[in-house]
Amino acid sequence: MQENITLLQYFKRYFKRCITGPWSLMCGLSVSLKYFFDPRRIVTEQYPENRKTLRMHPRYRGRLEMIEDADGNNHCTACGMCERACPNASINVLSTKNIAGKKVLGRYVYHFASCTQCGLCVEACPFGAIRMNQDFEVATTDPNTLEMILNKKEGQG
Amino acid sequence: MIQPRFSNLPPGFRIQRETNTEEFFINMGPQHPSTHGALRLALRMDGETIVELVPHFGYIHRGMEKQAESMSYLQYIALSDRQDYLTAIQNNLGVVIALEKGMNVGVPEKGEYIRVMLQELGRIASHLVFYGCFGGDLGGQTCLLFGFKEREMIHDILEEVTGSRLTTNFFRPGGSRYDVPDTFIPRVKAFLDHLEDAMRDYERFLSKNIIVLERSIGIGVLSKEDAIAYGCSGPVLRASGVEFDVRRANPYSIYDQFDFDIPVFHNGDCYDRYKIRIAEIHESMKILRQCIDKFPKDGPWRSKEKPVRLPVGRYYSEIETAKGLYATYVVAATTGEKPYRIHTRGPSFPHIAALNKMVQGHKVSDLVTIMATLDPVIPEIDR
Amino acid sequence: MFVPSITNPVGDFVREMVPRLAEYLPASIQSDTLNSIVAFLVNALICVIAVCAVNIGSAPILIYMERKVCAHVQCRLGPMRLGWHGTIQTIADVLKMLFKEVYAPSGADKLMFYLAPLIVLIAPFIVCALIPFGRDLVVADVSMGIPLIIAVNGFGVLGILLGGWSSNNKYSLLGALRSGAQMISYEISFTMILLFVVMISGSTNLMSITLGQEGTISDWWIFKIPVLGIIAFILFFISSTAEMNRAPFDIAEAEQELTGGYHTEYNGTPFAMFYLAEYIALVTNSALATTCFLGGFLPPCIGVAFVDNYLNMVPGVVWFFAKVFFMIWCYMMVRWTFVRPRVDQLMDFEWKFLLPVNLVLLIAGAAYIVVCG
Repeated sequence: MQENITLLQYFKRYFKRCITGPWSLMCGLSVSLKYFFDPRRIVTEQYPENRKTLRMHPRYRGRLEMIEDADGNNHCTACGMCERACPNASINVLSTKNIAGKKVLGRYVYHFASCTQCGLCVEACPFGAIRMNQDFEVATTDPNTLEMILNKKEGQG
Repeated sequence: MIQPRFSNLPPGFRIQRETNTEEFFINMGPQHPSTHGALRLALRMDGETIVELVPHFGYIHRGMEKQAESMSYLQYIALSDRQDYLTAIQNNLGVVIALEKGMNVGVPEKGEYIRVMLQELGRIASHLVFYGCFGGDLGGQTCLLFGFKEREMIHDILEEVTGSRLTTNFFRPGGSRYDVPDTFIPRVKAFLDHLEDAMRDYERFLSKNIIVLERSIGIGVLSKEDAIAYGCSGPVLRASGVEFDVRRANPYSIYDQFDFDIPVFHNGDCYDRYKIRIAEIHESMKILRQCIDKFPKDGPWRSKEKPVRLPVGRYYSEIETAKGLYATYVVAATTGEKPYRIHTRGPSFPHIAALNKMVQGHKVSDLVTIMATLDPVIPEIDR
Repeated sequence: MFVPSITNPVGDFVREMVPRLAEYLPASIQSDTLNSIVAFLVNALICVIAVCAVNIGSAPILIYMERKVCAHVQCRLGPMRLGWHGTIQTIADVLKMLFKEVYAPSGADKLMFYLAPLIVLIAPFIVCALIPFGRDLVVADVSMGIPLIIAVNGFGVLGILLGGWSSNNKYSLLGALRSGAQMISYEISFTMILLFVVMISGSTNLMSITLGQEGTISDWWIFKIPVLGIIAFILFFISSTAEMNRAPFDIAEAEQELTGGYHTEYNGTPFAMFYLAEYIALVTNSALATTCFLGGFLPPCIGVAFVDNYLNMVPGVVWFFAKVFFMIWCYMMVRWTFVRPRVDQLMDFEWKFLLPVNLVLLIAGAAYIVVCG
């Protein structure tokens, strides 16, 4: 972009920038001064300190869990819809047969390590047996804890 | 040999360089602060002047389109989050519209309003990241934090609505996954009021700053013809003077019901690409305010749920994400849950392809500015 | 012999004590010459320790301050964990840095690679020794103070050039070349501004420059010469920022472009030394600005005797450091506000703006002295 300008134009532009340049820089400085002297604008949250008050929204997709009552009863029928809906095979529904010969849930194995928390399993479940909880502190030092069995006892439904 | 640029000198005062210098290669990336991800740029340099640039892609190629062939359509929506993570919610819509064409389902009015509002929030979030990265790449780390501060507020809203900050996985054929909570509209309203103030400060901080002007005006000029030839889209195309916005040219959802402008600038340099994104933030805010006024209080937010099975055929959708034209092409060879093939046309790839044209004869610092104003997201290029 | 021109209570005490202690020595080796040499060496040791303490001690404070200033500009809190509001954080970071393994990249010129950070440290240490911190607090009260500062400042470029060149890294080399061009150019306007100060104060000795500003605030060089003083101060601010390689003139480091520039390949202690040099340069440049323009250790008297009495009660060192920290805060606000110009724009700015303005300023200053002085 080589423009052809006369020397006069060049100096006109030069002196114009000598005036506008510092002014524009002062504008920028005024903003940073305003932010510096206004502690109300600080947005940082002190995380471990505010742990008590920190609550996730009910829709937050944390870890998968099975909706169970106190006795460990759930609605899962081991139909395997969640297993099919999962994009990365994080769920294994191992079914078994009860005394009557009906297919029931044996173990609901959940591989948290490969879960991307997309929530498709919850959406696919026709019985509302599973949900995503609001647990967001899911880091662990032991990879074995990432393989979990969600149902407390076998042979429901 | 490329002549150094002394654009602001009158002709007689320009320095004519006669000496021969040796060229050398330098690798920018794949680990470099300003390549915005794992992108490798091989530079042929003459001193600090770039003679040629060759981009190397594929460092985070995950084969998404191939993966899609063994996935159901719903699973691909979740995968589209991971393409351009800054506009995840917009990618969702792009896929969903293609699926809706196949399934032949409509969306109720409230569902459309939810879609438009989340689209525009996503656009503002992406442009705020651009503001931050532009300032940050120029050397002002404060801008980076400024941009991300407001973006986090959008993500708070998205988290409440969709359940996730970044990988939203929200839209479904026929509507969306959830209805919006009652707090949504007041929150967006409060956020817009806050953003109005904040943007005034941010523009004051950067837009008129003489160093920014010096570093971006006349840098990385992409002519109108080149922009079209390379297949650029979105703000990059509009900064080069082409008035093309899918929201206006080929309206999807209910964009034809809103009153908004398509900002167009004509120089095609870095400053125009910066200005156009700032202008788009304001336009998005305009759309959002209209949405808040017209938002239907009740009524269905999604049409009757039915299994996502597409009849045999080819379905194409295109939407305008914050980066540009995002198109999805679905080929269903058999009626069923799984596609035969899905192809995604992302906006960032052509922009990086045009990079060589734009940087020739500029300095390394200019390359950083140009990269920032193209606003590429590397996972979306590699997919 | 070895009689300093400025007397200091500590120095006098040493000079008094040495002959007294020397009496316990055998009479055969007692002599006044020996006494004065010993006293000089002890004093010199005290001076070296004092300079090191000021320099190295101020670096963690400045790093903490920079983090806090930067955080508050960016609506953050900065370090909050270690100690009260994160006060011990920098010390922890320094310790981490010192315990890291030091290695040089393959193909590096090892001698130069490890020498460079040391050379960078020389300049700010020497400059620090020349600054009068109080009426009787100056290590070396040399009559050619300002020329010495100008001469010594050149060491900074040498270290950075060496560091960048010996790293065997193209990014480092680019950063070093940029910094060489930049610092040599800005040295000119830096020198010119100091010349202006020398011209109006009529002395190259930093102590007499300071004492020349005695009186009220309006006697400081920044205000004494209307308009010209303020312009000179702003120009000094700009050119010293460039001298220090601080943002917005940090094109030599330019993290976004050159991934760290000349210190890309450095880690552990050598990197800490570069870092230290940067912050000591910040102190010394602020101290220089304070001495040359803001009245050094003199209190900001306003001409009202009642107030001035109280102001005078505060020791000069306190005033000096208050002014220095105000200057440092200004440098930090500028750093966290502005973006970085391109390398050729930086040169344009120096040669087409700063230098002409400096020349005009010098002429105007001379005219002022002829007409009014």
